[in-house]
This record gives sequence, structure tokens and C-alpha cells, in this order.
Amino acid sequence: MALIDLANPTRFLRLVQRVLPWLIAATVVLFVIGLYQSVNAPDDYQQGATVKIMYLHVPSAWLGMMGWALMSAAALGTLVWRHPLADVAGKAAAPIGAAFTFICLVTGSLWGRPTWGTYWVWDARLTSMLVLLLLYLGVMALYWTAEDPGRGSRAAAVLTLVGALNLPIIKFSVDWWNTLHQTESIFRMGGPTIAPSILWPLVVMTLAFTCLFVTLHLMAMRNEILRRRVRTMQLMQAQALAEASA
Amino acid sequence: MTAFTSLLARDMRIAVRVGGGALMGALFFLTVVVMMPFALGPDLALLARIGPAILWLGALLASLLALDRLFATDHEDGSLDLLMMGRMPLELAIAGKGLAHWLTTGLPLVVISPVLGLMLNIEARAMGAVALTLAVGTPALTFIGLVGAGLSVALRRGGLLLAVLVLPLTIPVLIFGVAAANAAIIGGVPFGPPFTILCALSLASLVIGPIAAAAALRFGLE
Repeated sequence: MALIDLANPTRFLRLVQRVLPWLIAATVVLFVIGLYQSVNAPDDYQQGATVKIMYLHVPSAWLGMMGWALMSAAALGTLVWRHPLADVAGKAAAPIGAAFTFICLVTGSLWGRPTWGTYWVWDARLTSMLVLLLLYLGVMALYWTAEDPGRGSRAAAVLTLVGALNLPIIKFSVDWWNTLHQTESIFRMGGPTIAPSILWPLVVMTLAFTCLFVTLHLMAMRNEILRRRVRTMQLMQAQALAEASA
Repeated sequence: MTAFTSLLARDMRIAVRVGGGALMGALFFLTVVVMMPFALGPDLALLARIGPAILWLGALLASLLALDRLFATDHEDGSLDLLMMGRMPLELAIAGKGLAHWLTTGLPLVVISPVLGLMLNIEARAMGAVALTLAVGTPALTFIGLVGAGLSVALRRGGLLLAVLVLPLTIPVLIFGVAAANAAIIGGVPFGPPFTILCALSLASLVIGPIAAAAALRFGLE
């Protein structure tokens, strides 16, 4: 099925109906395997059991960033090809991406407490994730304030693309700022590679969370399409009432 | 180029006449900076250390202040429609409006910043460097703000939405502006690298800002 065929919302909804049970099943299976593996994964010799926060933290960080990439692709679809589904995809992705970014920040600070001794440091990675969350909230505010869904989605698409240009700059500037002011390096994932016994559960958990993201995204897109239909029907009803009384 | 210069002259004339926003930004800047010692305490050593950051934050907030009316008044009286239909590219017209806005709002901030630096106990030699970073960095603030102004007029919402959208995007400018100013005052690190990156950010936003704001207006007002 070509991408343009999905411009018909009914066809898209039918596809979602067919795909969704499989996706949910895949998500559940992956989570069962991933959680079992991560519970049984060995503790870190230094951090003890707290290293298991990683199985929640790393996938959410990845999905927080993937969410913005998806929204940028959707923004191009909205502005360049005027694909009717693209703005639905962008709007549906924003709260999910923001939620994963938030989970990443919360788990990160909970992990930071026992390992670094503090909940929050103005470290480069933390700060750039926080800015990402702020940008997500800005896009959501933009969708929220628009009276007309079409106009709001085009405005949000412009902002998403500007944000996509700016995110690497922000990331890089924050890195630079950090190295200037902070000599102590706290967070080094590189260096010694992760042992396979810890790495494999992480891979499975990342896949599981990605499946969860896709499932939630498709469901949110379905809800958005239905919400817009309800809105159109309400508008038509109001118009009919106004004509009847006139 | 005559259309460009006449637009520039018109916007500047509107800004300095009754009801215009010029100098209001400078006044706001002055007030914000004066508020700071009340919050932080009149410790001159502390003020000298964080002075550049105070000046930069004040400039950031002051240049945001007048931005949300930038396209809104033109939209209300219909001149924005003329600009959009005119022969001059919309991007160029927006760049002209941005330049006029900077000349009437950003430049006064740069001019009065040495006086305020004196009150914040920044030494005279370093103050030149701080004013230089402000002169180079405030155009970036204005031109990044153009995007937010375009979006908020397209949605008929101003004020806080603009600040929420624009402030996260100005973080790099703030980081490099304050870094360059601190390098000039405290020393230890060279002034050149952060300053040249600040120049690069300004030049890049000079291009990206008008293009994105034009896109926002076209998509929003069609």
C-alpha cells in the first residue's frame, strides 16, 4: 500500500485496526522477555542493583529523540506534500515523545542520586534533554492554542523544523558550555564496553519500548482522526441548528 | 531596494512615535537590571561576577517584550497582506522589519549597557567586551524571535506563547554570549572562540529567522 493511499482516513483506520492487535501482542511478548531478562541480569559490581534503572532510562532517552525525528518527518510531510495524515502523526507524537523524555529525566535523576550523590547536575546531557522537553511542551502549547486544527498543525510543523535545526546546535553548545565550566566528568558510557549479560536485556527492552511507542502512536493517531470527525459533526450540527432557527 | 528601505524607515518611524515600542525595551532592561541587586543583595563582588549574565538575561527578556506586536499591528491594519502580496519577497520584507526592530529595541540596549555595567561593578575595560557581545548577539535574539512572532500572529495568540516558543531556541546564544563576556572579564580562557561562534549564530539566525517566519505567515494566514 503506497503512502498516498493512507491519505484516506477510513483506509488508514482499517489498517490500524488490522495491525494493532499484532503490535500489542509483540509489545507484551517483548516486555515479558525483556523484564524477565533484566530482573535476572547480574548487578553491576560497583552500582549494585541500581544499574537496572538503565533498562528504563536508555530506551526512553532514545524514544524521546526518535519522537522529535518522527515529528520532523511528519512536519515535512505537512508542509511539502500536504499529506493529511502527516499533521495527525505529528500531533499524536508530541505528547508521547514528551512523556518519554520526562521518564528519561526522572529515571536519570533517580539513578543519579545513588551513583552521583545528587538528583540533578547541570551536565551537558541532562541539560540538552531538559531543553528537548521544553521544546516538546512548546509544540504542544502551540497545538493547544490553535482554534483550527489545520492552521495549528502547519504552525507547529514550522516550529518542529526550526527545533530540528536547533537541537544539534543546542546539544553542541551545551556540551561546550559544560566543558568550560565543569572539569569533573561524571557520566561516561564509553570506555569499557557493556558486558553482554547486561547489554542483551537492554536491546530487548529498547525493542519493547519502541514497539510500545509505535502502538501508542497509532492509537493516538486513531483517536485524533476520530476527534476531528466528532468536531466536524458538531460543527455541521451547530450549522444545521443555526439555519433551522434563522 | 527602495521598497526595503522605505519599509525600514516606516517601521522605525512607527516605533519612535506615540504608541511605538522603541525605548520601552530599554526602560524594561533598566528595570530588570535594577531589580537584580534587590533580589541578590548589594554584594559588589558577587554582582561583578554575575554581572554579564544579568545583562544578557535582561537583554533577552527585553528583546522578547516588543516582539509579539511586530506582525500583529500590521496584521490588524491590513498592511501585512500588502507585504505578502507585494513584489518584494516576503522573506526580505520580514528581514527589514526585523532589522528595524533591532535598531529600535536591540541597539538601545547595547548603548545603555555600559552604564548599567558600571552599576554592576563591571570594570570599564571588560564592559567594552560585554557591550560588544551584546551588539553581536542581540540581532540573533531578534531574528530567532521573528519565528515566534510569525507563529503567534498566525494563531492570533501573543504574549506568553511567544516566550515559551522562543526562549528554548535562544539557549545557544545565551551560552556563548555569557561565555565570551566572562572570558573577557575573568580571563583564563580565550575570548575569540565563543565570540566567533556567537557571530556565527547571529549570521545563521539572520538567514533562518526570516525564512521560517515567512513560512509561518504564509501557512498561517492563507
